[in-house]
Amino acid sequence: MKLVTAYIQPEKLNDVKQALFEADVRKMSVINALGCGQQMGYHETYRGADIEVNLLKKVRIEVAVNDEFVHATIDAVIKGARTGTIGDGKIFVQDLSDCIRIRTGEKGSEAIG
Amino acid sequence: MRMWKWMPAVAGLLMLLAGAPLDGLAQEGGEGMAEAAAEVAEQAVSAEMFTVNNVWMMVATFLVFIMHLGFASLESGLTRAKNTVNILFKNTGIIAIGILTYTLIGFNLMYPAEWLANGWLGEFVFGIANTMGDAANDTSAYNAGYTYWTDFLFQAMFAATAATIVSGAVAERIKLPSFLIFSALYVAIVYPIFGAWKWGGGWLAEKGFHDFAGSTVVHSVGGWAALAGVILLGPRTGKYVNGSIKGIMGHNMPLATIGVFLLWLGWFGFNGGSVLSADPAMVSFVLVTTCIAAAAGIMGAMLTSWIVQKKPDLSMALNGALAGLVGITAGADVVSVTSAVIIGLVAGVIVVFSVIGLDRAKIDDPVGAISVHLVCGIWGTLAVGIFATGIDVGGSYTISFVPQLIGVMAAGVFCFVSAFVIFLILKVTLGIRVSEAEEISGLDLGEHGQEAYSGFQTWTTQ
Repeated sequence: MKLVTAYIQPEKLNDVKQALFEADVRKMSVINALGCGQQMGYHETYRGADIEVNLLKKVRIEVAVNDEFVHATIDAVIKGARTGTIGDGKIFVQDLSDCIRIRTGEKGSEAIG
Repeated sequence: MRMWKWMPAVAGLLMLLAGAPLDGLAQEGGEGMAEAAAEVAEQAVSAEMFTVNNVWMMVATFLVFIMHLGFASLESGLTRAKNTVNILFKNTGIIAIGILTYTLIGFNLMYPAEWLANGWLGEFVFGIANTMGDAANDTSAYNAGYTYWTDFLFQAMFAATAATIVSGAVAERIKLPSFLIFSALYVAIVYPIFGAWKWGGGWLAEKGFHDFAGSTVVHSVGGWAALAGVILLGPRTGKYVNGSIKGIMGHNMPLATIGVFLLWLGWFGFNGGSVLSADPAMVSFVLVTTCIAAAAGIMGAMLTSWIVQKKPDLSMALNGALAGLVGITAGADVVSVTSAVIIGLVAGVIVVFSVIGLDRAKIDDPVGAISVHLVCGIWGTLAVGIFATGIDVGGSYTISFVPQLIGVMAAGVFCFVSAFVIFLILKVTLGIRVSEAEEISGLDLGEHGQEAYSGFQTWTTQ
């Protein structure tokens, strides 16, 4: 079992969700985030003062999948989120030691699917 | 931004022109305004009554002014957080543009003392009176109901209200400089020219067209411009996708609600002040029909949205209140209480179907401005010809349906075409729409380099 975490541009969320649905991955959680990588910040102004903003709006998607779905998930995220410009985001894959469905108490691969 | 470099030059020009000497020409125009005032002016008025009348008219001015806060709140609430600074900025700009252009040319063009084309186009006289001290302006010699100054300011607030109707419809994708230029031209020239046709004693007034407080003169004038703008602008990105309509939710329902109630409060002055005096019977009656129509509008919209959408929609109910208010505005002085109920109820029903219908026609109006102000403005105007037929107004004319229809069509032709032309010229020169990247990241950052909710996490996924 793996936990796939992806940081993407906020406006790409709908495309990524759509791509995941097409790959038959329908369970995920989405969190608002701030982040930066290679992308440069931008400037705001406020009453004559210049403000440099370099923590940019991002969206973090977390999907727990069985091993056989990992590649499909990663491909779907890339398909939905890639634009070719700096700032597209990153995907992290972590090992998931256990997963439990609260309602039924199922564990492991059954709980993920 | 390079746009702003010519602003100081324009400001200087405005100041020069505003200092131009005034011949006291605008006075006569003020008395050509509403028939209800004619009766008051004919009687001699005591100093006390003049003061009472003027105080009420000033209070009405404050109330119409507060409608700008109402519009700002409502529009902010029904659009996304990433565009809020832009919405507020547009609303702030419009009140300034409205008042200043009215000072420069609007007031005189709307109430011409001399006509270039009789009944159609007044003479262009720049600037209003500059100082106090002329009894013809400062006393009841001007009008039994108000001073020249009150007349000017009260009407200036109306002008600014017409301009601000457009800002809601074009929200979230219009280029700021283009919008400000459009507003300046439209409220400086188009609004007063049309207004003169009725309130300035022009050809519509002579036809017996009745528009008590401006369902056509103010609301539909703004509504036609909104429609023209939205057609040329196009819908927001992501609104109509693959033939389906995507809801783009407003980010602050409390603010939207506050906005609508402020607008209702403002309408006490909008309609109450259109009596043009503190006449107890007229003002109190008009306020009753106004509030009844608003309440009926809410009920009409509430029930319609509950049936059509399966659950009652707050934003529709709020639009319903405004629909009822716009609907009663043409005839609050002449329709009966029963008629007011019907007018408001029908307006509430119409507005729901109009909002849904416009979306089906791929006309994207984020706040329902076209449905409320144009569609219900037309309804309110025609409703006068349905519910108040035969009523004699101040001995000048008798209400009937055909003049109401003529007025509606005159507004449609003149205002829609003018607005369309102005927007089209702006579209091919400056451009009227922001880039897609800017639209996605939000106009607050793109146009202003500022956030409305700094310190808060807002979603920009849509």
